[in-house]
Amino acid sequence: MNTLNLLPVLPEILVLAAACVILLVDVFLPDGKRHVGYWLTQITLLICAWFTLTTMQEQPVLAFNALVVDDVLSDLLKFFCYLSVSAMLFYSRGYMLARGLFRGETFVLTLFSLLGMMVMISAHNFITVYMGLELQALSLYAMVAMHRTSNAASEAAMKYFVLGALASGMLLYGMSMVYGATGSLDLDAIARGVLTGEGNRTLLLFGLVFIVSGLAFKLGVVPYHMWVPDVYHGAPTPVTLLIGTAPKLAAFAITLRMLVVALGGLAFDWQGMLMVLSLLSMILGNLIAIAQSNIKRMLAYSTIANMGFMLLGFVAADPNGFSAAMFYSIAYVLTTVASFGVVLLLSREGFEADNLDDFRGLNQRSPWWAFIMLLVMFSLAGIPPTVGFYAKFTVFQAVIQQGFVWLAVVAVMTSLVGAFYYLRIVKLMYFDEPVDTAPLESRGDTRLVLSMNGLALLLFGVLPQPLMGLCVIALAYSGFL
Amino acid sequence: MISMPYLSLAVWLPIIAGLAVLAVGRDRDAGAARWIALLGALVGFLVTLPLWLHFDAGTSAMQFVERTEWVPRFDLHYYLGVDGISMLFVLLNSLMTVFVVWAGWEVVQTRVAQYMGAFLIQSGLINGAFCALDGILFYMFFEAMLIPMYIIIGVWGGPNRVYAAVKFFLYTLVGSLLMLVALIYLYTVSETFSILDWYQVPLSMKVQLLLFVAFFLAFAVKVPMWPVHTWLPDAHVEAPTGGSVILAAITLKIGAYGFVRFILPIVPDASRYLSGFVITLSLIAVIYIGFVALVQGDMKKLIAYSSISHMGFVTLGFFLFSQLGVEGGLVQMISHGFVSAAMFLCVGVMYDRMHSRQIADYGGVVNTMPKFAAFMMLFAMANSGLPATSGFVGEFLVILAAVKVNFWLGLLAAVTLILGAAYTLWMYKRVIFGAIANDRVRSLIDLDRREFWMLAALAALVIAMGVWPKPIVDVMHASVANLLAHVAQSKL
Repeated sequence: MNTLNLLPVLPEILVLAAACVILLVDVFLPDGKRHVGYWLTQITLLICAWFTLTTMQEQPVLAFNALVVDDVLSDLLKFFCYLSVSAMLFYSRGYMLARGLFRGETFVLTLFSLLGMMVMISAHNFITVYMGLELQALSLYAMVAMHRTSNAASEAAMKYFVLGALASGMLLYGMSMVYGATGSLDLDAIARGVLTGEGNRTLLLFGLVFIVSGLAFKLGVVPYHMWVPDVYHGAPTPVTLLIGTAPKLAAFAITLRMLVVALGGLAFDWQGMLMVLSLLSMILGNLIAIAQSNIKRMLAYSTIANMGFMLLGFVAADPNGFSAAMFYSIAYVLTTVASFGVVLLLSREGFEADNLDDFRGLNQRSPWWAFIMLLVMFSLAGIPPTVGFYAKFTVFQAVIQQGFVWLAVVAVMTSLVGAFYYLRIVKLMYFDEPVDTAPLESRGDTRLVLSMNGLALLLFGVLPQPLMGLCVIALAYSGFL
Repeated sequence: MISMPYLSLAVWLPIIAGLAVLAVGRDRDAGAARWIALLGALVGFLVTLPLWLHFDAGTSAMQFVERTEWVPRFDLHYYLGVDGISMLFVLLNSLMTVFVVWAGWEVVQTRVAQYMGAFLIQSGLINGAFCALDGILFYMFFEAMLIPMYIIIGVWGGPNRVYAAVKFFLYTLVGSLLMLVALIYLYTVSETFSILDWYQVPLSMKVQLLLFVAFFLAFAVKVPMWPVHTWLPDAHVEAPTGGSVILAAITLKIGAYGFVRFILPIVPDASRYLSGFVITLSLIAVIYIGFVALVQGDMKKLIAYSSISHMGFVTLGFFLFSQLGVEGGLVQMISHGFVSAAMFLCVGVMYDRMHSRQIADYGGVVNTMPKFAAFMMLFAMANSGLPATSGFVGEFLVILAAVKVNFWLGLLAAVTLILGAAYTLWMYKRVIFGAIANDRVRSLIDLDRREFWMLAALAALVIAMGVWPKPIVDVMHASVANLLAHVAQSKL
């Protein structure tokens, strides 16, 4: 093993370097030239994407004494992280300009949080997981609070920080117990320790409970979901977009690595815990979303419900289920990015389009964006022919194959409840008369990216094989099948 | 050998035409949208004609089969094919789309392009559902067609349209989500999503009963059977005329089609075990809903209830498990497609002039609209099952099959002839005959050219099918016999 091989972590190094460069460059930029930092960030993402994809290797490569791993799984997830961060920047440019958020700090913090996610995705050691998690979370806390004049944002940041710190503490506590039981922090070594059964099993199980709690917090599933609606609501919409998308992929990755790779021997134990979390999230998330009148809060509860569905893949606890959960996460991120993209598009200077009523009559103001939002809503509801249908289909298939038919029945019934509030948005857009008749203004590149994003939901809904196949291949090459 | 992919054309041409209408049509340019829509609908219908002309009635095998790999991850195939059961519905649907475009020509003035586009896209999706031989492909079409109909009811519907649209969507979704679980379950047992392969999969009685419940809910809501029919009157009353036509003529048929494509052959033992249950529900629909139709004051609601009653006949015929019964049910489905469409178009003609659907607002229409009254007379007779109209053939076959099983069953089923005549003709009498009720009726103008030929075409179809049903029944024989062979064979 070549311990000084920097190649596996080159994208991380690139992002770090770019963040530092942008921080420096930004100091010397006059106010009118902030877009230099913006384009530098986009170029960094592009280079990273190119690099990650071209250096993909079939065999996993461990680096830095097995602290990090570079496998196809991490490359694929990182690619989708770049994609969603880049889309977030495209969608929110006008919004940030109008609110004085179009600053160097935004780009630097975005890149740092991205770096945190990349570290999480590639982590092969509990310490690395924790480092990545904290880096990602601290950047996001700061970003939530960045809108200094907004009380809601400060409150959200405070809540996010306090609860996030608590969750990190739980995770760390759980890790320390697992360390106590197995004597190692390396994922493979822990897996061996669990399988040999030498460690103290009670300690191991207690550690598992804390780890699952920490993960549940990061995923935002019931009963660790309290922060989600407030943070989604209070944060500036671009930051909400960021929190709601790429970190979910990172959370999926650490869930997979910690529970399946390291603690796979305890699958029987965490399977039950995840089942409870998943059921509660699907039921509560979908039910409470009905009562929301703010679209950001509604999407927050929809996230909670969706993460519940995603966990179904883990409940199945077999490679088929993991690939389903991965496909679900990616489909969910693609859809959520577009949903907030439309919210950002409707917002303008001094006006936040975050009430459901702001969507009234959108079809008459702009049939195209109403159509894109229609696709987003049906994708979230899991109605074909959108990618959201296949996301739900794969996780249902995974649990039914494992014999949990009743679980699938409960899940489909909650998604019926979910359909109600997604349909309401469609109803507002198509059946009602517009209240707000201001023309929708946006930049050409924003429109192009958002249109492609929306159509991708349809395209992957009709031809899901490429994306599904990628998930299977990624997991197979990374040693999960 | 025929090499043209007729089924793919039947599915995708209307969808492409619909997208073209959406892309071209602006509200300013409604004319272009109308003509493109008509062209798309006509071409969409013409490409389905070869299905009939080249159909081999001698075999029960699937014809015009297209099969390509679609999602290898789950062994999904783009697998289309028709047999004697489904072929006719593809034609019926494509033909009805032409009528709908025609019917909405001058009537729809707001967002014309979206209206026409939604109908064309929906038409393609419905054809897809009738042709699909892969479980998930069927499910995709089955669900996706909810989206255009939801928009059609919600945008161009009546005052209570939002309630009706949401109710329609959620009701249908309940059943179909359970069906999704059933489809996935069948996949885990059989490792395939091919519907035809599922006919051969052995299943225990317990599993069959659970699958029956899941499929039954999905399709019974769609048919709709009593007691899950309550969405239909709401949807019909609120939907624009075109929406009612497609709902009654086509989408209800997909529910019934699901019975013969999925339930009977996949879970034959459960079907036989529960046939009494389904027959009871069907009889309730025929008789009780017939009485409910009698007391309606709203013409569209009356026809909606009459649809439920007629569809009860269809499910009754299916669960008698005899050649006569199943064929009677299928003929009834096609006949009802024409007759209910014609009835809704008639109500539409009156509504466009008077903006009322209440029977009480009319009276003596024959004095001002004689041509219209003549057409409506014919359709009302067909709706009550008069011999020499299409309505008679299906009902007669089903009653015959019922009498063969049990005399009393046949007698109860035959009550429909009385009830159907009662509610349809009584409505007709109150609306059309008598003295001119008010000044608005006095100022009515008779059919214009577009409306006249539209109704004339339907009238010709109704009579032709009533006088000479042989071509329609002939194509079914082999497929229905094959279906009954599957039902008779235990899978335990």
